[in-house]
Amino acid sequence: MTQDPNARSEIEPTEVGANAAETGERRLTEEHSPETPDTYGSHEIGIEDLDFATLAEQGHTATELDPDAPAVLTVDNLKMYFPVKSSGVVRRTIGHVQAVDGISFEVPKGGSLGLVGESGCGKSTTGRLITRLYKPTGGSMMFDGQDLAKLSSREMKPLRRDVQMIFQDPYTSLNPRHTVGSIVGAPLEVHDIVPKNQVLKRVQELLEVVGLNPEHYNRYPNEFSGGQRQRIGIARALTLNPKVLVADEPVSALDVSIQAQVVNLLQDIQAEFDVAFLFIAHDLAIVRHFCPEVAVMYLGKIVEIGDRETIYGKPHHPYTQALLSAVPDVKQAAVGGRRERIRLEGDVPSPINPPSGCRFRTRCQFAQEICAKVEPPLLQIGKRHKVACHFAGELGSHPATPITTELLGVDDQGSPVPGATPTNTQHTIPGYEKTWYDLRTKQTTGV
Amino acid sequence: MFAYVVKRLISGVLVVTLVSIAIFLLFWYGPSSPAQPICDRETSNRCSAAKLEIYERTLGYDNPVYEEYGKYVKGIFVGRTLTIASNEYDCSAPCLGLSFRTKQPVKEELVSRIPATFSIAIGGAFLYLLFGVPIGVAAARRRGTVADKALVSSFLFISSIPYYLFALLTWLYLTITFEVPFFSDTGYFPITQDGPFKWFSGLFLAWVALGIFGCTQYTRFTRGAMVEALSEDYIRTAKAKGLPTRTIVYRHGLRAALVPVVTIFGIDFGTLLAGTIFTERIFEVQGIGWWSLEAVQGRDLPVVQATALFSAVVLIISNLLVDVVYSVLDPRVRLS
Amino acid sequence: MTSVPMTQSSAADRDAHDGPYLQVEDLKVTFPTQDGPVTAVQGLTYSVEKGKTLGIVGESGSGKSVSSMAVMGLHDAKSAQISGSIRVGGTEVVGLSESKMRDLRGNSMAMIFQDALAALHPFYKIGGQLEEAYLVHHSSASKRDARRKAIEMLDRVGIPQPDRRVDDFPHQFSGGMRQRAMIAMGLINDPSLLIADEPTTALDVTVQAQILDLLQDLQREFNSAVIIITHDLGVIAEMADDVLVMYAGRCVEYGTTKQILTAPEMPYTWGLLSSIPDVSASTDARLIPIPGNPPSLLRPPSGCSFHPRCVHSDKVPGDLCSTQLPELLPASSGTAHLKRCHLADPVGVYQSEVLPEIAPELVDELSEETR
Repeated sequence: MTQDPNARSEIEPTEVGANAAETGERRLTEEHSPETPDTYGSHEIGIEDLDFATLAEQGHTATELDPDAPAVLTVDNLKMYFPVKSSGVVRRTIGHVQAVDGISFEVPKGGSLGLVGESGCGKSTTGRLITRLYKPTGGSMMFDGQDLAKLSSREMKPLRRDVQMIFQDPYTSLNPRHTVGSIVGAPLEVHDIVPKNQVLKRVQELLEVVGLNPEHYNRYPNEFSGGQRQRIGIARALTLNPKVLVADEPVSALDVSIQAQVVNLLQDIQAEFDVAFLFIAHDLAIVRHFCPEVAVMYLGKIVEIGDRETIYGKPHHPYTQALLSAVPDVKQAAVGGRRERIRLEGDVPSPINPPSGCRFRTRCQFAQEICAKVEPPLLQIGKRHKVACHFAGELGSHPATPITTELLGVDDQGSPVPGATPTNTQHTIPGYEKTWYDLRTKQTTGV
Repeated sequence: MFAYVVKRLISGVLVVTLVSIAIFLLFWYGPSSPAQPICDRETSNRCSAAKLEIYERTLGYDNPVYEEYGKYVKGIFVGRTLTIASNEYDCSAPCLGLSFRTKQPVKEELVSRIPATFSIAIGGAFLYLLFGVPIGVAAARRRGTVADKALVSSFLFISSIPYYLFALLTWLYLTITFEVPFFSDTGYFPITQDGPFKWFSGLFLAWVALGIFGCTQYTRFTRGAMVEALSEDYIRTAKAKGLPTRTIVYRHGLRAALVPVVTIFGIDFGTLLAGTIFTERIFEVQGIGWWSLEAVQGRDLPVVQATALFSAVVLIISNLLVDVVYSVLDPRVRLS
Repeated sequence: MTSVPMTQSSAADRDAHDGPYLQVEDLKVTFPTQDGPVTAVQGLTYSVEKGKTLGIVGESGSGKSVSSMAVMGLHDAKSAQISGSIRVGGTEVVGLSESKMRDLRGNSMAMIFQDALAALHPFYKIGGQLEEAYLVHHSSASKRDARRKAIEMLDRVGIPQPDRRVDDFPHQFSGGMRQRAMIAMGLINDPSLLIADEPTTALDVTVQAQILDLLQDLQREFNSAVIIITHDLGVIAEMADDVLVMYAGRCVEYGTTKQILTAPEMPYTWGLLSSIPDVSASTDARLIPIPGNPPSLLRPPSGCSFHPRCVHSDKVPGDLCSTQLPELLPASSGTAHLKRCHLADPVGVYQSEVLPEIAPELVDELSEETR
């Protein structure tokens, strides 16, 4: 009885086959282990005799933005450089992987910020910095009046209660030798919060919250399906009543039909416990549904950040536009064929030696000389919208001349103009200013 | 790669130095005087305190330990003159000292014993690779069948017998019970003196013992590695390309399965080259293993030191070779 | 277990003589296990013409990969029992000898896999692996011909400096380039049938778009029949001409892409559509999951395999859903559209109940259309 894929791989597949390429069977046993699915259903509560209306009622629409929510976590100019060692007899540090290079954002209390981007853009590193699995190279992460970036591991311990993480892979993130009860209850004992005889009660409460049968606290993870394991992971993260949850690709390892179950559960939890989410995912549609605010990362930097309607409706950065246009759309079925899209050529450059100026310029169709010379500042151009591009504009109406010259005190080619007084734009605040730079009038405006 | 090898050699030298220091200190601070064994031997077990003192003084055991260790190391590089009681002995570089029992330079005896040990190691390893790897591949291809299960369990049974017992039983049955012709007179007979047939027949049973025992282990290693390799995605790809089964199994499967097998083999083989105590003792082969056993029994300090150093050097070199071969076999491994 | 042969209607009128390149009829794949036989695929019938793309959708364990591997003959004869008929270019593949099968594999039909890093041999150069694929079906070709062909294919799939990269190992390629090399290897012998098993699942969206572009260009160029297996309905929408929805080893809905994705008639397909958010849909759309988990193939549910998870079975009289397997019958939107469901008025249920929840903006459009 092993559904744990790790345990399973230790067992030679002698039962099913006798030759090399019987991958069909291997697949079968991996994906569809015959012993358990029968029992999977019984772990969950409340799925018997559902009718569509009830089910639809439980489904959520996209989470809405609360513009007045105060920030619970404020990240300012956060940096993470990993050293690269030379080969040779003496290993010297010859460079750094600039995994995260000066990003700033706020996560609103009880709200969610989505972090999207392609692999290697630094979004997962950001999540690990916030949960302090890594110690940042620079910058600050203000939470509850304390800077998480500066705390030592010991000082961090009481705060770990408040900042928890949900992992991507529900198969490897749960210890197969511990019961569900001890996995979910472990944080309670580590932090010594609840008297010993109360732990079980709390565990059962939590299992009920995530939709699992509370009587099943004595079972082992391998008796649960992928989606149910992810629920266990969520229950564990909730055990200590966290104020911030970092969810790193929480549904990407799950089957399509199960993804929606978990997303709905996370929405339930957010509404009930007022938890703030930093939601990291590469699936732009899921992020759109879950996060009223989204930051787009490219090569360690935030290139565009704003509310959902702006980022998905009127993106101003060529990278955001390319990313969105690359997503295959179910609605295309009505039209047939493939829709027109912006083609990005080549691969993401190495973060060890990123391009000068704007990091996206090597793959950008609008790039000009200035892009190689001057890094575009993350400029606030709307009430809740910031973009880092010299040629920021809506799709199809990118300006012909850089919008940033006056602010930076440079000419159109990016060379400094003698006597110009550049505004200090290289560092922007994590949140939004009351006033912003209007692209049409080239003036600072406000509400 | 070159820098890596240099780095590993430097650390290897460091390890050898540490090993030599450790052995030196162990004897130096041991329960009895290091000169005691030789004094006992020279005086036919009538070693008085005064005589012991003479031996200790001439052997330098009244000097500080670092000074004597320094002399020992210097001897390895430039040679030295050793004094035991009233006799002086010349010991040319690389001087590993004189055997307390034979008063001969340790180096010469070491060199004379290397061919015997290497003959056993190479022949035995050749046999177990020759049979172990193909049987392992065959078992992996038929995994789950009765033949495979029978093979795996019987081989598991053999390899769970302690090796010395296995070797002893092999010797007993083949030479005493069945009196196998030609091969019963075991031992090492140099090719140069006794000819190839004598050399071969003398070592044959030792090879058989080592070969069968190693074969059971290498069959299991190979089978395990092969089963894993054959379930990889690239095997499915190879099949989807329309390649013949033989190509799939050997060119794609075995190639990948060999990497872990080679790694284990490199370390195993290094251990064999450093001396096979049981095999040499049981089949009466005058190799390094037996020699080191005798040295320990006779508390022959310089010989024990030399054999320990020798095995340290052999193991370090074979580990280094494994790493280099590994990087050649697996292009993903970059040595740095 | 009767299933309607669904190929004739669409195929016959286009090409009366040749018929579709791939024809699968009543395919059944069973694996004996210690706990009893597991039927991973049954009663499966479909066909793909040259130049057309069939998308197969389903969750893990639905049989979508198992059925395609049966087409390629990748199952071990000792452990998989295959019955029914698979005709590739007119040749019956079920029961074909291993050596004849080998001639077809990689030659007339090729397969590309999801994880190119695992699917390419880590110890051999990209070029060597491509050459091997070429040489095995071109016994008279020289090593040099094969190398030229390998470079030509790498160039064709858009790998920069192919004459240099041909000597790289797979780990030296980026994820997207590896998948390109995989495609180059699949197409090196100009196959008439290409099966792509989750070809872009492990890739980033911008790379996914590049690979899908490439696949479509190549299909146009080589005029091959393509099967694309995926769980991503967006990919299906943009790539496939026809769609086959699989659940628990059976086809539950089959039709043109437009029929399946705009007018689905099977609650499982509705569930798939309602459980994925869309980058451009209304934010008032609800995300409605399919409750429960995929069923066990060892002890499949009685009647309709989907009934334990179906939230519309209350609209079917009696216990029909749990006792009787629905047949695959023509749907209301057209003869080529087939569905396996007992619901009497699926169109009505979809338009009045499901659509307002999952795509409120489409309801208005629909009402305008019907007017």
